[in-house]
Amino acid sequence: MQARADQEPLTSKKRRTGLTLATRESLWAYTFLFVPLLFFLVLRIWPAFQSFYLSLFTWHVDPAKREFLGLGYYQEMLSDPKLRRALLNTLLYTAIIVPAQLALGLGIALLLQAIGAFKSLFRAIYFAPYVTPAAAVAWVWGWMYSVNFGVINNFLIEWSIFWEERGLPWLVIDPQPFLSSPSQALVAVAVIVIWQNLGFQVVIFLAGLQGISRIFYDAAKIDGANSWNLFRYVTLPLLNPVMVFSIIISTIASLQLFDQVVNVNFTDQGGPLNSTLTIALYMYQEAFARFRLGYAAAVTVLLFFLILMVTLIQLRFFSRRVEY
Amino acid sequence: MRQVTKLFILGGLLLASLGLAQEVTITYWQYDFGARVEAMSQLIAQFEAENPDIKVLQETFPYDAYQQQVAASLPAGEGADVVQLFYGWLPTWQRSGYVEPLPEQYFDTAQLDAEFVPMAQAAKWQGKYYGLPTAVRSLALFYNKDKLAEAGYDNPPATWDEFIEIAQALTVKRGPRFTQIGYGIAPNGQDHHLIREVLTRQFGTQPYSDDGTEVLYGNDAGMQAFKFYTSWVTDYEIGIPEFVPGNSGYRDGFRIQENIAMIIDGSFAIGATRDAAQFNWGVAEIPTLENGVKANFGSFWMNGLSPNAFKDPAKLEASAKFLEFITRPAAMQLWLDVVGELPARQALIEDPELASDPIFGPFIRSLAYATATTFVDESAQRSVIVDAVNRVILEGADVESSWMQAVEEDQALLNQFAQ
Repeated sequence: MQARADQEPLTSKKRRTGLTLATRESLWAYTFLFVPLLFFLVLRIWPAFQSFYLSLFTWHVDPAKREFLGLGYYQEMLSDPKLRRALLNTLLYTAIIVPAQLALGLGIALLLQAIGAFKSLFRAIYFAPYVTPAAAVAWVWGWMYSVNFGVINNFLIEWSIFWEERGLPWLVIDPQPFLSSPSQALVAVAVIVIWQNLGFQVVIFLAGLQGISRIFYDAAKIDGANSWNLFRYVTLPLLNPVMVFSIIISTIASLQLFDQVVNVNFTDQGGPLNSTLTIALYMYQEAFARFRLGYAAAVTVLLFFLILMVTLIQLRFFSRRVEY
Repeated sequence: MRQVTKLFILGGLLLASLGLAQEVTITYWQYDFGARVEAMSQLIAQFEAENPDIKVLQETFPYDAYQQQVAASLPAGEGADVVQLFYGWLPTWQRSGYVEPLPEQYFDTAQLDAEFVPMAQAAKWQGKYYGLPTAVRSLALFYNKDKLAEAGYDNPPATWDEFIEIAQALTVKRGPRFTQIGYGIAPNGQDHHLIREVLTRQFGTQPYSDDGTEVLYGNDAGMQAFKFYTSWVTDYEIGIPEFVPGNSGYRDGFRIQENIAMIIDGSFAIGATRDAAQFNWGVAEIPTLENGVKANFGSFWMNGLSPNAFKDPAKLEASAKFLEFITRPAAMQLWLDVVGELPARQALIEDPELASDPIFGPFIRSLAYATATTFVDESAQRSVIVDAVNRVILEGADVESSWMQAVEEDQALLNQFAQ
C-alpha cells in the first residue's frame, strides 16, 4: 500500500500530460522557436503578401479610394526602359561583385591563415570598412575618384609622366572620370561595394578554414600531395558549404544594392544617366520621390521573385555533399 | 466622511478630464534644418500663448527620409495634421490624398490671391489652395568678390557675355585638369531650374503651356537656351560638373575650398554661405541676354493640411488657426530674421529697406519676375533636364537630339499625369 501511494502521483502525472520527457523538451523548443517564427511571419512574410496586394491598386492614403488595376502595373513594367536598365545594372553589379568578393575573400583568408603574428589585427583592419557607414565610405571614395583632385588620378598622372619621360608613351593613361562617366560609374561603385564588404567574406572564410581538421592535410601530405593539391583537393571541397553560404549571401546583398549607390551620387541618385541605378533604388524612387507606391510594390514583387529564383538555382548548382 | 472625500476626488477628476478634452493637440511636421526648426519653435510658443487651449507638437525628420516618413505614416492615420511640403510635390501628394484643400470657412481664396506673392499660385491645384508658404525663395548669382577683383572685375556680370568673360578669366587649368573654375556648374543642383525656367524665357519661350499640359521648350528658343547652357562646358570650358565631389560640391567649392568663383543658388543658401565663407562675397541678379529680358525661378515650401486634420472639427479648427498664424506678416518677418528666407506676402517684399539690402536685395528684386514652375512630378521632371545635359557633356551626344529627347520624356510625364 505504501509503495502504491508513492507511485500514485507519478503515474497520474504521466497520464495527465501523456508525454515523454523527450517530447516535452522538444515541445518547449518549439514554443521558443515559435516566437521568432511569429516575428518572421508577421514582419517579413505577411508584408510580402501585402505588397503583392498593394501592387494591384493605384495608391491613395484612404484605402477606399484605391482603384483596382489588376495586373496593370505589371504590364507597365514590361515597357519601362528605366526598370529594364535597373534590372540589367543589378545583374551586372551581381556578376562583378559576387565572384570578386569570393576570390578576394578566400585569397585574403588563406593569406591570413598562413601568417602567425598580427592575425587578429589584420582581421580587424579588413573588417573595419564593413562597419563604416555607407555615407562616409561614399564620401571618401568620391574624393579618391575625383577627376580633378582624386588620389587615383594623381597616381595616373604621375605614372604617365614617368613613362613619357622614359620614351614609352604607350604606357600613358589619361585621367579617368570614374563616377561622372556613364560607362565607368557602375564598375566604380562595384569596387566600393567589394572593398566595403570584403571584411565580412574574409571572416566567413577564416572560420571555414579553421573548421577543416588538420588530419586531412596530414593524410594528404603522407600521400605526397603538394600545396596546390592540398588546396585543390582538400581545402576547396571542404570549404564548399562556406562558399555556398558566401555566394548566396553576397548575391542577395548585390541584388538588393542600395546604400552605396544612393550615397555616391546623392543629388542625381542612380546617375549619371541611370548608369548606376539598381532595382532597389528604383523602387525607392517610385515610392518615395514620386509617391507611386502601387508601382513600387509591383517592383518589389519582381525583386522578390528574382532573388528567390537566383537563390534556388545557386543552391541547386553549388551545393554538393563532400565526404572523406 | 470618507464617502464625501471620494466624491470630491471623483468630481475633481471629472472636471479635469473635461478641461483636458477642451485642449486640442495638433502635430506639425517639417524636415530637420536647424534654423527652420528654431523659427518654428518660436512661432509655436507665440501661437500657444495666444491660444492656450491648443498645443502644437513639432516633429522633424532628416530631409532624405522626410517623404518616406510622410508616405508611410499618413495612411496609418498617424503623424502630421499640418505638414510642410515642397510646392513641386503638391501634384503627387494631392493625387494620393496626402494633403487636402484648405477649407473655405477658414481661408478666402480671393483674399489669398491678393495678399500673397504671385508665385504662391503654385500652391493651388485646380483652383484650390492646398497650403500656404511662410517664405519664398528665388535664385541669384553668388560671386567671390576677392577673386573677381584679382582678375580686374569690380562688378558682377550683368549680361551672359560678361558672365562668360569673367568665368573664363577665373578658370585655371593645369594639364588636363582644372584647379579652379569660373562657374560651379551643377545640372542636378539649381541649374536644371536655370535652364527650364530662366534661360528658356530669356531666349523667348515659356517652358510649358499655361494650362501645364504641353511642353513648349522644344521650339527654337528653347533649343537655343539649351545649346547656350551646354556650351559653357563644351565650348567655353568655364566649369565641369562634380568639380568638387560631394552632395553639393558646387557649394562647397564656392564657400569652403574657394576654387569656384561663381555659382547660381537659392536664397536659402544665404545663411550657410554667411557661416562658412572666409572671403568677401556678393550676390547679383541672374545675368540677362542683350535683349535684357529678366527671368527667375521662384519656389517655396508650403504648409498644408493632411487628412488627419479633418478627422474632427476641433482639430481642423486648431490646424487652420495654426496655419493662418504661421503665414501672418509677423511670422514671415520672424522667419526672415531667423532663417533668412524671403517673406511670401506682397506687402512685405515691397519694403524698400529689404529691397536695398546688398544680400537680400537681388533676391527680392528677382521675386517680381520669378515664376514657380508648374511641375506635375518634380523629381522625374528634374531628371529629364539633368539627363539631357549629361548626355551632351558626359557622353558627347548631339545637342539637338538630346534636347528633343527631353521634350519627349517630359511630355510623356505630363500625359501620364493627366490620365
